[in-house]
Amino acid sequence: MIAVQAKRSHTIERIAVWVLRAAAAFVIFAIAALLIYLCFEGTKTFTVDHLPVWQFLFTSDFDPTANKGGAAIFIVGTIVVTLFALCVGGPFGIAVGAFLSEIAPPRMAGILKPAIEVLVGIPSVVYGWLGLRLLVPFLREHTSSASGFGLAAAGIVLSIMILPTVISLSEDAFRSLPGALREGSMALGSTRWQTMVRVLLPSASSGLSVALILGMARAIGETLAVQMVLGNATQFASGLFAPTAALTTEIVIDMPGATQGSFLEHELFSMALFLLLLAMALILLVRFVLRKRV
Amino acid sequence: MTKIAALAALFLGASLLAPTAAFADTSISIAGSTALLPLVKDAAGIYQTMHPDVKISVSGGGSGTGIAQAAAKAIDIGDSDITAPNNPELHDNRVAVIGFAVVTNPSLGVKNLTKAQIQDIFTGKVSNWKEVGGPDQKIVVINRPRSSGTRAVFTKTLMGGKTVNEAGLTEDATGTVVSVVQTTPGAISYAAFSGTHGKGVSEVAIDGIAPTDDNVIDGKYPFWSYEHMFTQGAPTGEISRFIAFVQTRTDLLAKNGYIKISDMKVKESDR
Repeated sequence: MIAVQAKRSHTIERIAVWVLRAAAAFVIFAIAALLIYLCFEGTKTFTVDHLPVWQFLFTSDFDPTANKGGAAIFIVGTIVVTLFALCVGGPFGIAVGAFLSEIAPPRMAGILKPAIEVLVGIPSVVYGWLGLRLLVPFLREHTSSASGFGLAAAGIVLSIMILPTVISLSEDAFRSLPGALREGSMALGSTRWQTMVRVLLPSASSGLSVALILGMARAIGETLAVQMVLGNATQFASGLFAPTAALTTEIVIDMPGATQGSFLEHELFSMALFLLLLAMALILLVRFVLRKRV
Repeated sequence: MTKIAALAALFLGASLLAPTAAFADTSISIAGSTALLPLVKDAAGIYQTMHPDVKISVSGGGSGTGIAQAAAKAIDIGDSDITAPNNPELHDNRVAVIGFAVVTNPSLGVKNLTKAQIQDIFTGKVSNWKEVGGPDQKIVVINRPRSSGTRAVFTKTLMGGKTVNEAGLTEDATGTVVSVVQTTPGAISYAAFSGTHGKGVSEVAIDGIAPTDDNVIDGKYPFWSYEHMFTQGAPTGEISRFIAFVQTRTDLLAKNGYIKISDMKVKESDR
């Protein structure tokens, strides 16, 4: 009786392990297939259409009908919008993270944390819609922007979208610091603010860097909300409130007209490949930062 | 064990039922031009009420999408404002004529623009409304994406070979563009009559010719095109019945702001 049960549980064990192995293998296969496909298609601009890589990266002459593929405007647009979001949302997020970790009484934290989690759950199209209906008219009335669409609108919307990521990672970074640091600092007579700025902030710097980098990764990849308020003008942003275009918005706007095998399709694939490499670089940066500070 | 067996039986049963549900209804998928969208949506709604066993799904995406997806056999009918010379395998079913209007924000009070002025505005040569007879206000140009059929018609009929300046805002879909022009002072763009008539934007006359159906029919107003429903090869079965429905229901054409092809006094072969 026991021998039969033992044999059955052994068989179930073997099947289960194989199922898990198959699942893992499938995921690895899917990721590899995606990478290989993007690499293959994304390099067609350079191999089939013979566009020099430096021209793709550093020139801004973008006219797919005339085989001009300078994507600098979009690359700069992505970088600038992301930096704007980081500069606004980054310090804000770290501050809230510090507040949650160091100062907030448990009851207040109990209300704040679910509220932040709600922010995560809001779909990006809702952010874009609110930006379109509320933020864009506001910027049109109160700034030099003629239409309200532009860098500032996209940057503000993005900074709100990356807040939950930055807040929760910053809070974790602060919480993971040993209590001895705080106690030692207080014992020497410093205030909570001095403790936070002089002791905790430097100590948590690797965790905070990770928070900012992951917020940056989120901002770089955001497509719909940005496309609804950025203005999508194929030009470098002439000012903080001027419209411009980003890699993600350009892909989504010109994707419908990109017939198979056309120069435009290859260009869009190259932009997608660039975004993928950028995201991978950021992830590697995170691992590097974490490894440095053990 | 019995629970797993029951779940498996449920999934198996559902997967067997699903295809039969699909076979019970004929489905037609349509996508493409947002200028043609109001007519197709209206016709599809009425057609489905008349034929309850037919399911028609209609979406936008632009003329470029319509042509590309029809060519890739991803959809049954591709709506487009332009011809598809690069896709000879697609069968062109013309269903209507549509006029397009250059629209401006009503607060500007601009009623008429010459072709030259329109070209100067969209090439970026002119950047303030006071240079073309309007108030002292910066011109906010709103372009359509490169895949837009409306944009292709605009470039062909009004731009006179000049290239549109890409440094304007770019918005997609007739509805979005009209909505942005209506709310942004200083804005100018272009869209189909079906999306602009009565929508709270100012439709300007071009060279003194008003943007009306009669002027399109007489051939005086240049900014118009045929509406095409592209199919893979000649349409058959339910698809051909639906296309014939759209072509013959001229009351729907008039109601939604389109023009009967047979009414046209001029003909163009390359629109």
